[in-house]
Amino acid sequence: MKKNLWIGLALVLVMPALLFTVSCAKKTVSSEPSVKPAPAPAPAPAPAPAPAPSVDYTDLDEETARNLFENEDINFDFDKSVITPFAEEVLKRKAMYMRKHADISVIIEGHCDERGTAEYNLALGDRRAEAAKAFMVYLGIAGSRMTTISYGEERPVDSRSNEEAWSKNRRAHFVIE
Amino acid sequence: MNCKRFISCGLITLIVCGIITTGGWAQDYDYIDITNPFLRKSPIAIPVFKSITDTPEERQISKQAADLLASSLEFTGYFKLIDRKAFLVDPQTAGIIAPNINFQNWTAVGAELLVTGGVLSRDGGIELELRLFDTFKMRLLVGKRYKGRSTDQRQMIHRFCSEVIYRLTGNWGIFDSKIAFISTGTGSKEIFVSEFDGYNPKRLTHHKSISLSPDWSRDGHWIAYTSYVKGKPDLYIKHLKEKRGSIVAKKGINITPAWVPGEFSLAATLSFSGDPEIYLLTGTGKIIKKLTSSWGIDVSPTWSSDGKKMAFVSNRSGGPQIYIFNRDTAVVERLTFEGRYNTSPAWSPVGNKIAYGSLNGGQFDIYTIDTDGGDPTQLTFDPSDEETPSWAPDGSMIAYSSTREGPKRIYVMTAFGTDQRRLLTLKGQQTSPKWSPRFTK
Repeated sequence: MKKNLWIGLALVLVMPALLFTVSCAKKTVSSEPSVKPAPAPAPAPAPAPAPAPSVDYTDLDEETARNLFENEDINFDFDKSVITPFAEEVLKRKAMYMRKHADISVIIEGHCDERGTAEYNLALGDRRAEAAKAFMVYLGIAGSRMTTISYGEERPVDSRSNEEAWSKNRRAHFVIE
Repeated sequence: MNCKRFISCGLITLIVCGIITTGGWAQDYDYIDITNPFLRKSPIAIPVFKSITDTPEERQISKQAADLLASSLEFTGYFKLIDRKAFLVDPQTAGIIAPNINFQNWTAVGAELLVTGGVLSRDGGIELELRLFDTFKMRLLVGKRYKGRSTDQRQMIHRFCSEVIYRLTGNWGIFDSKIAFISTGTGSKEIFVSEFDGYNPKRLTHHKSISLSPDWSRDGHWIAYTSYVKGKPDLYIKHLKEKRGSIVAKKGINITPAWVPGEFSLAATLSFSGDPEIYLLTGTGKIIKKLTSSWGIDVSPTWSSDGKKMAFVSNRSGGPQIYIFNRDTAVVERLTFEGRYNTSPAWSPVGNKIAYGSLNGGQFDIYTIDTDGGDPTQLTFDPSDEETPSWAPDGSMIAYSSTREGPKRIYVMTAFGTDQRRLLTLKGQQTSPKWSPRFTK
C-alpha cells in the first residue's frame, strides 16, 4: 500500500531522531500532531543504505525495534481519549511486536498537556492509557500483559506552553517492564 | 512525622484572655454585611499601640503588634486603613479607653472604626489590651486583654482580629485557618501548609514524589491527598497529629479526595473498575458505595456544607462540566452550561455558591455560580490562567492559583473577586490551594 510506504519512509526519518529524544528535543521531529498522515516528505537525498524497513518493527534489529516500540508514542486530541486513525497504525505495530515477543509485559502511561486542572487530567490520562490498552486487547494482546498508569499533566515531554508542545504531551507512552 | 507542628498546639492555653466590659453588649452585626458584593470598605484607624512602661523594647513590640493587626484586618478586604501620618494625636500620649479618647480627632480623619492598644512587656511575657471603637457612636464594640509569652504575639493579635470580625460581621473569620498547597520548590511536588495569610509555610510531606490535591477534614484533624510515592497515584489519608492513617492503592487512579462535612468519610475517584468513578469511602479508606455510574470521567467531588449534595466534574456530555449529585435521591443534575470546559468545583462552606475554573478563550478564569445554576459570575479577568479555587472557612474569600506573574503561584481575593493579591512567594511553583477549616481550641 502506498500509505504504508509513506509511513515506512517517515519512520526511517523519525527513528534515528527518536533515539535522541531528550537531549535534542527542540528538533522538530515528531513535529506534526498525529491528525494527518505525514505529508509528502521533503525531497531528501535518500541516504538509506540499509534495506528500507517495513512498517513492522519486527523487521528491524532487536535494539532498534525495542527502542521504537517504547518511544513511538500515540497522540490524542485536546480533551479526548479517542484513538486516532494514525494512532491505530502505531498500535498495530506495537501489537505485532508484542505478539513476536510473547514474554514481555508493558506499562502504558497516559499523559496530558498542561491545560486544565491537574485532577481532571489525571482522570483523562487514565482514560487515554485505558483506551490504548483496550485497542491492544482488540488487536489480540492479552490484557494481563498490560498495566496502565496515568501521569496526568505531571510528566510533559516538552515543557513549553504552546500547541506544538501540547500536542506532543497528549500521549500514551509504552514502557517494557 | 512532624505533622504536629502544623496544628496550633499548646500555645493557646498559655494565652490568658479577659473581656473588657463593653457596657450594653448589643449583638448587632450590621457593621459589615459580607454578603454584599458592593461592600464599601470601612475606614479604620489603627494607631501604634501605647507602650505602658515606655521602654524601647516595648515600643518596638507596640509597633509590630499594631502593624500585624492592621495588615491582618486589611487582609479580609473589609477595611480601608487610614494612613497613620494623617492622625491628629500622638498614640503614645493619647488615651486608649473611651473616656480619654477624643473621638472627633478620629472622625475628622475619616475613621469610622478605631482600634487602640496598650502593651506591657516584662520577663519575656507580654500583656495586650485591645479595644475596638465605633468613633461616631463613641462606643466600645470589643475589648479584650491577652497575656502570654512574647512569642505568642501573633496568636494574640489574631484572636483579637477574630473578635473584631465576629463583632462586625457575625462570623469568626479566617484568622484561625491555614492553607495547604502544592509546591515544587524542593524539586518534587510536596504538600506545604501556611497560615491563612501565607505566613510561615512549612513542608508537610517528604515523599520526594508527585503529591497532589490535599483536602482537610472539617475538624482539621485529617488531611487526604494523592501521591505517587509507590509509583502510581494512590490516596493517602493521614491524621495530622497522630502517626496513623490509611492508603487506598487500588489498580488505576486513586485521586481527588473530598471529606464529607461532619462525617469520618470522604469521596474520591477510583478507576479500578476500568473507568474513573466517584466512591464514598470510610475515613480508613474502605469503600462504602459507588456514587457515580457513567462511562467516562467523574472526578473532583466537593460537598455542600450539610453533606447532602456533592458537586463534581464529569465529561458525560462531551467536555468537562460540573454536575450535582443528590445523596438522598442519587439524582445527578448538570450545573454548568456556559463554556465548554468547566472544572475544579469548590462548594462554599456557607451559602449556596460553587466556585470553579472555566476555560474562556484559551485561558482559565475563576467563576462562581449559584447551586441552582443561576448567576454564573466571572471573578478573574487576567490574560493568564486562574484555576483551582478554594473557599475560606467563612466563605468570605477564595484562594486560587494563577500564572499572572509567570510561574504558578497562590493568590487570594474576596468572594466577589475584589482585592486580588499574591498570598506568598516561594521557590518553584505553587498550585492547588486548599483552605482549612478554623482551628479552634
